[in-house]
Amino acid sequence: MSLATATSPAPAARPFAGRLVWLAAIAVLVVLWQIAPSVAWIGDPASVYILPLQGWISSAMDWLVDDLSFGLFTFKELTRAIAWLLGLPLKACIAVLSKGWHLPIGADGVFVPPVPWFGVVAAVTWLGWRLGGRSLAILVALCFLYLAVFGQWASAMITLSSILVAVPVGVVVGIALGIVAHRSETLAALIRPLLDLMQTVPVFAYLVPVLFLFGFGPVSAMIATIIYAMPPMVRVTMLALKSVPPEVVEFGHMAGCTPRQMLWRILLPAARPSLMVGVNQVIMLSLNMVIIASMIGAGGLGRDVLTSLRRLAIGDGLEAGIAITLLAISLDRLSQAFVYRQKQPLHLEQGMGFLVRHATLSVFFGVVVASLLVAAFEPSIALYPKSMMLSTAPFWDGLVEFVNVHLYEYLDAIKAFLLINVLVPLKRFMVDAPWLGVVVILAVAGMRLGGVRLAIAVSLMAAFIALTGNWEKAMISVYLCGLSVIIASLIGIPIGILSARHDGFRRVARTTIDTLQTLPSFVYLIPVVMLFAVGDFSAMIAIVLYALAPAVRYADHGIRRVPANIMEAGTMAGCRPSQLLWKVQLPLAMPELMLGLNQTIMMALSMLVITALVGTNDLGQEVYIALTRADIGHGVVAGLCVAFIAMIADRLINAWAENRKRQLQLD
Amino acid sequence: MSDTAAASASATPANAPSADGDEERSVKLSCRGLWKIFGDDTDDARRFLERHGGTPTTEALDKAGLTPAVRNASLDVHEGEIFVIMGLSGSGKSTIIRCLSQLLEPTAGELVFEGQDLLACSRKELIDIRRHKMGMVFQHFALLPYLTVLGNVTFPLEIQGVDRATREQRAMEVIELVGLGGRELDFPRALSGGQQQRVGIARSLATEPELWFLDEPFSALDPLIRREMQDEFLRLQRLLHKSIVFITHDFDEAIRLADRIAIMNHGEIVQVGTPEDLVVRPATAYVEEFTRDVARSKVLSARSIMSPPAPGTDYGGEVKPADRVSAFAAPLVASGKPFAVVNRRGETIGRIDREAVVTLLAESA
Repeated sequence: MSLATATSPAPAARPFAGRLVWLAAIAVLVVLWQIAPSVAWIGDPASVYILPLQGWISSAMDWLVDDLSFGLFTFKELTRAIAWLLGLPLKACIAVLSKGWHLPIGADGVFVPPVPWFGVVAAVTWLGWRLGGRSLAILVALCFLYLAVFGQWASAMITLSSILVAVPVGVVVGIALGIVAHRSETLAALIRPLLDLMQTVPVFAYLVPVLFLFGFGPVSAMIATIIYAMPPMVRVTMLALKSVPPEVVEFGHMAGCTPRQMLWRILLPAARPSLMVGVNQVIMLSLNMVIIASMIGAGGLGRDVLTSLRRLAIGDGLEAGIAITLLAISLDRLSQAFVYRQKQPLHLEQGMGFLVRHATLSVFFGVVVASLLVAAFEPSIALYPKSMMLSTAPFWDGLVEFVNVHLYEYLDAIKAFLLINVLVPLKRFMVDAPWLGVVVILAVAGMRLGGVRLAIAVSLMAAFIALTGNWEKAMISVYLCGLSVIIASLIGIPIGILSARHDGFRRVARTTIDTLQTLPSFVYLIPVVMLFAVGDFSAMIAIVLYALAPAVRYADHGIRRVPANIMEAGTMAGCRPSQLLWKVQLPLAMPELMLGLNQTIMMALSMLVITALVGTNDLGQEVYIALTRADIGHGVVAGLCVAFIAMIADRLINAWAENRKRQLQLD
Repeated sequence: MSDTAAASASATPANAPSADGDEERSVKLSCRGLWKIFGDDTDDARRFLERHGGTPTTEALDKAGLTPAVRNASLDVHEGEIFVIMGLSGSGKSTIIRCLSQLLEPTAGELVFEGQDLLACSRKELIDIRRHKMGMVFQHFALLPYLTVLGNVTFPLEIQGVDRATREQRAMEVIELVGLGGRELDFPRALSGGQQQRVGIARSLATEPELWFLDEPFSALDPLIRREMQDEFLRLQRLLHKSIVFITHDFDEAIRLADRIAIMNHGEIVQVGTPEDLVVRPATAYVEEFTRDVARSKVLSARSIMSPPAPGTDYGGEVKPADRVSAFAAPLVASGKPFAVVNRRGETIGRIDREAVVTLLAESA
């Protein structure tokens, strides 16, 4: 029965009329394409009219910063006050971990040195052991030792400081917003599209306003990090509060909870495991932001990577990049271990002292203080000795040189072949596409998949891109991103299918994918630039690598989700394994595969902007240029265009997948 | 349908047992003309009811696109009785218990608890009533996974601000009462389904409520465990004498546990009565359908099969009027003599002959 629904065509309403609409739309597109060269505004409106939105945004921003006043204080004073407030804990963290502290005691003051490197290593190792046992302790110890041995310590501690402040602030603000949205349906309706926008607007785009409002420096870098890392926390909070079982909420009411008790005693504790997943996300995203944030003054490891990438000093960049990755891995594993930690029943601890009850924390601080004392008596060991440092940078630089000398011809041949035969023709084709025709096609797709509202939304977004004069750049983005997504899917989906069918293969694939996803996006650029120098081709490879993970994950998940009884029915009908795959599993996994495609597109678009650093010529580059010139209107508009491309793809694919899932009765 | 509901509803108070010398028990919780209509807009549904004089027809409801989960329900729960509301899925039984416990606000109707109008209560008063006078057990237990057994049971006391020593002592009492002594430091996930529901029961009893709601408490359990828990529940009720609203979809469970049963169908209360009433005098074909397979000897009481007492009979034993036949059938048949039916005042009000019992047993077989 279900097999039949899976393979037979869905009973679409008015199939003939539907096809006719599509044919008409394509005909319109072709006609417009033909006449575009003679009527300029059909091809790209930029030559005739550009909506002066950039100028409006820039002047609005100027007004905000220069003129807006709340009576007692101005808007600028407000933003600077926020920056000052957030700067306090950051300064404290940097003092403890990296710079030391001058206490105004006595005539000259007393200098408290930062925690020495061995103190930090011992403390985090202890934490790892308490939370996750021996293997986690070893992992964390090795990661932090790497920082010391490879000379990344000073930068790493600055980066760690900003993470240690950004994550709690992001988590607290995120949970607060999530609670607010949970309480009020109206506010939820306001917050949700804002979150969509925050997650699809490329990071560079809001670096510009942040720079404008908060100035250049570690604090505004941290604010940008918080803005970037917070949306998933809000989403997770909303979802987690919503998925508390209704009976548990009813119990709370019947026990006579006040609204406040309901929140603190029932909803938040019940949602805690899901909330911790959100915390983990915030940590990972904050680390992902490390390099980008260094563009507006974060310093630390991010700046090291960025400067070495600009100098094309691959070795140095790689070592700093690995340091960020190891920091990410240790914080990720520590936070995950914290989530799954088993708590001891509370009243068992009655009668024990504070120190015993909080053994983990007591020893943690004990170790820190002890290491400070040791360092005070023997200051020479507070810093990791230079003579014992290692560096692999010369090796990597040598490798790059070797590749360039010996393999250049082959690599260049491959690159040239693909550029001439695939990339450039496709790019021309896309750039020539007439905007009006594309808008019509999108509107028809929206109409067919999700109705009038979707049609209006997607065509308005496409029209926005064209009317603000970004059509050509946008089509270059679509071409680069689309090609990368196709390649990523062609590689990723077969891997996902294989891993769904072989458990052994799956373990390998999973570990690889998990590791790939903890790498900050910038790190992908390093080996690519090493091999292929700068340009569209390098950008494409970096995007493919970065966007591969969701394709694999969703394919694996989709195939595994096919109900066992349908598989059995297929087997009993006499399907060969390949028939089972093509006729049963793939059709049923299709909605899941499309959601994977959707995620792949999102990842590709977010990487696209970063590849601006290796010399692409698309919207990402526009945003990057705007950042370097602090041209706020330009940056925001180009950023919105990227977000709109993402949202068009997202809405259409989701609408399709929803329809299909309903037809297949998968939900 | 709505006619029978109204008729049986108005007949409800008369069903209270009194003829055998039992005192009329006072009414603990009472609802009249209760409606719950789900829709986008509560006010809309309310205005719709007013337009139709409070009792719209099914057609009018369909036309307005409204789904009434509870229609015009009236019932009384007496002090110390087990009042079972029985219905299949979609009959509105879980909606009605949520209206009675004020987890859902009824669209229309009256709801009176101990003489106090619950619908007129402020939020603060309602919290107070729930903290001290109501307890509820849930189908899927609704235990807080982040608290131990003890933490779960003390929870309702803790949020009232009861101090730690008192609340833990009280909690340990109820944990012992439900037979979970020694497991108080375990987390719920370490317990079996039956044990988890014992925690749910202990938790709802910790505040010594007067009105006890049980929402399909044993439906999620295996049949054997379910039976054991039913016995446990009856044992607790013999000790505690709570006023109970018990929801179930299982007619056998209803028969076993209930003092009185309300049968619900499509949001309406079809009939209210003792198990015996339902079996002997089913109000509709729908009720009869349920009672068809019930073993009569387990439902019928001595009162309903007794004949007038003849002076000078040599009785083989004594039974109370409300005793169920299955409870004394074996000794009666074995003794070979008729039994006397004796009420609370010690008067013999009837006799039960061997033939009457044998006929009944043969019918049930």
